[in-house]
Amino acid sequence: MPRARIAIAALTLVLAAIAGTLLWITFRGEDTSATVGGPFTLVDETGRTVTQADFEGSPTVIFFGFTFCPDVCPTTLYELTLQMQDLGPDADKADWLFVTVDPERDTPEALRQYTSAFDSRIIGLSGTEEQVAAMAKQYFAYYKRVPMEGGDYTMEHTATVFLMDSGNELFGTIGYGEDAGMALSKLRRLLRDG
Amino acid sequence: MTRLAFALAAALCAASPALAQTAVTASGGWTRATPPGATTAGGFLTLTNSGETDDRLVGARTPDATRVEIHSMEMSDGVMRMRPLEDGLPLPAGATTELAPGGNHIMMMDLAAPVIVGAPVPLTLMLESGAEIAVELQVVPPGAPKPAEAQ
Ligand SMILES: [Cu+2]
Repeated sequence: MPRARIAIAALTLVLAAIAGTLLWITFRGEDTSATVGGPFTLVDETGRTVTQADFEGSPTVIFFGFTFCPDVCPTTLYELTLQMQDLGPDADKADWLFVTVDPERDTPEALRQYTSAFDSRIIGLSGTEEQVAAMAKQYFAYYKRVPMEGGDYTMEHTATVFLMDSGNELFGTIGYGEDAGMALSKLRRLLRDG
Repeated sequence: MTRLAFALAAALCAASPALAQTAVTASGGWTRATPPGATTAGGFLTLTNSGETDDRLVGARTPDATRVEIHSMEMSDGVMRMRPLEDGLPLPAGATTELAPGGNHIMMMDLAAPVIVGAPVPLTLMLESGAEIAVELQVVPPGAPKPAEAQ
């Protein structure tokens, strides 16, 4: 009987130690973990080099995609366009960025043409492979080139819309397929409080 | 005379796979206008197999695109992934199969010209049974959802 009790006590201690370690790791992670967003250098639709500094002081809405995307990218840009119409002139307060994950095909000019089908305030950003990779890393945005038959390729990529506040800190996100009303209220809050 | 006509008809049927019988019907086909410079478009429609044998969508063609494939798309952990369905899309007997945004779609690549609103895209669906189904995809603006008339 006492032996069982000792065993239980020992087990409790072990579990407590594990829980403590996990908590410590979690909190330590919060202190030192990398946060979403950060410095980047890219090229805008006109071929001009831009950095995060160009978008500081106002909220920023960022979406990663590519112009050869048949579904998710045009859908997201279309929905953002509708929401920007709802927001009206308020939407001017934010920077709306479409960052390509396929800079090989999405030149600044290709992006300028592509984004012209959506709200004119949406700006396409491209860059070198390295610049785009560094930018995506800052946002923990995943993308990968997937080869297809005939030497062609497509991209898989994070389809989340990132909402950054004027201090360039993560304010929230809009997930793919998220309710349009919910997305709109998030954008309203970003423009008001972000 | 009648016999000759029969033989002729039979020969024609055998020669033309397009005349193969199918219990699969397509409805509500639509696609999206392409933003300037874009050369890919996704096609969406509903396929109903009201027969008693399974069939399979194995390919499609359109004069408007050099390459047409059947693709799957899935979202996991916020990441969009798209893959060619190498074995096509099963069309089980008695079932309705939906090709819709966020999922399986007809992937039209290397478009000869931009897809524009008001100019439906002709598409021929090829089934494993040998049957072919001709459809027209209605065109909505870039990124827009399914048109009301395709409900
Ligand atoms: Cu596809």
